[in-house]
Amino acid sequence: MNQTHDANPAHEAGSVYDGLLAGEADGHWAFGTSFEDPLAGVDTTVPEGVDPGDLAGYCLMLGDDALVLSHRLTEWCSNAPDLEEDVALANIALDLLGQARLLLARAAAADPAVVPALPDGSPVPPEDALAFFRDEPHFRNVRLVEAPTGDFAATVTRLFLCACWRLALLERLATSRDQVLAAVAAKGVTEVTYHRDYAARWLVTLAQGTEESRRRTSTALASLWPAVDELFGSHGVEPRMAAAGAGVDPATVRADVDAVVDQVLAAAGLERPQVPAMSGVRDRTGRDGLHTEAFGHLLAEMQAVARAHPMGMW
Amino acid sequence: MRTMATEELAEELAREVAGRITDPEMPMLTLADLGVLRDVETTGSERVTVWITPTYSGCPAMATMRDDLVHGLQQAGFADVDVCVRLQPPWSSDWISERGRHQLAAHGLSAPGPAPRREGPVPLTLLPPRRAVTCPRCRSGETELTSEFGPTACTALYRCASCGEPFEHVKEI
Repeated sequence: MNQTHDANPAHEAGSVYDGLLAGEADGHWAFGTSFEDPLAGVDTTVPEGVDPGDLAGYCLMLGDDALVLSHRLTEWCSNAPDLEEDVALANIALDLLGQARLLLARAAAADPAVVPALPDGSPVPPEDALAFFRDEPHFRNVRLVEAPTGDFAATVTRLFLCACWRLALLERLATSRDQVLAAVAAKGVTEVTYHRDYAARWLVTLAQGTEESRRRTSTALASLWPAVDELFGSHGVEPRMAAAGAGVDPATVRADVDAVVDQVLAAAGLERPQVPAMSGVRDRTGRDGLHTEAFGHLLAEMQAVARAHPMGMW
Repeated sequence: MRTMATEELAEELAREVAGRITDPEMPMLTLADLGVLRDVETTGSERVTVWITPTYSGCPAMATMRDDLVHGLQQAGFADVDVCVRLQPPWSSDWISERGRHQLAAHGLSAPGPAPRREGPVPLTLLPPRRAVTCPRCRSGETELTSEFGPTACTALYRCASCGEPFEHVKEI
């Protein structure tokens, strides 16, 4: 029996894709996860004594660190040395993307002024507007997370350094006076714990592996090390948030992070590189919106599709 | 006119319907058995609010869970369904019910052991996680980890050395 398939979605009987919108009155923005508000029903009242602008700025910092590192890790999708590592890196990137989403949503709820203005009727939720429609100077991530991905040794080395630092921050942040930050941090601790273990194991394995894997690991460590100092610099927002009992001054986690880094470097048989710290420009660094050349390319790739279709629905 | 009795029935119905919705990635588990469904509350006989919690921060199934809950509750006659997120306390694999654990095993997945409990700083673990994992197919304890990361955020990949079966283990968190 002959049957004609009508592929025209404008056909009066509708298209085969209509079913995908079942349960949704009018579709949603094409690039989000479709859960309109990741903080739906969560009390986002800013605690007394905490400046809403500071809280938003602080959430952008921690959110942007996670977003940008997540994006770098996803560059390995389908390219990792083997399937298991491909899946591992994608899983870790997904955890960080989830943390970023909650933190950017928290920033937007604390101070809507941080969200870039979009045309009326835009379907883009606030956290996606922050991720896809901010320009480079408005990103507050540290520069370590934006460095080019490099080889697998550079990937695990950077992930290790970032995870040691982020875990130390999140452990302390779990007692933040801001209940949303506290909850995101408490959840994040369980995740970044296995990110750190995964990266540390690979770092030791590669450093103690072949001559070539050792050379690559020690090259990666030396090239990333200049960006480590910036992790512990206190930007104006962080000490104020710490004083208000809602944030962590990164300067206070240095000793704990150093201890873990030294423990793993010792197991790997590597020394701390003796290289000068990456400078800022007139004391401005990643937290102030000052980024490296590589970051512009990363943003172009991450944002291009969303910016080309700001009203994209499905 | 609504009576007290119909409102109580509505609450019971809402809990029952919400409790039947399954996880999109592990459909042998209901959201209730997974521990993701935190609360169901009705106002009158047509309005219901459901609270769910993400298993992992980036859990991509949240939107599908929400849609399934909304759809199921609307079908059951609730005109106004609200699905909210509860972030605190964070989800733990300890919240998977006994029935959920049996369901996992019956479908070839290994259920998690007790979640780690810590006080003080998180210790670094340089050795791969060691768990006593039993093969869900042949019950052998001779199993080996093939990958700590699996097809969903909550599982690791194992292989049974006795029967050769590869299987997923739901991770302790």
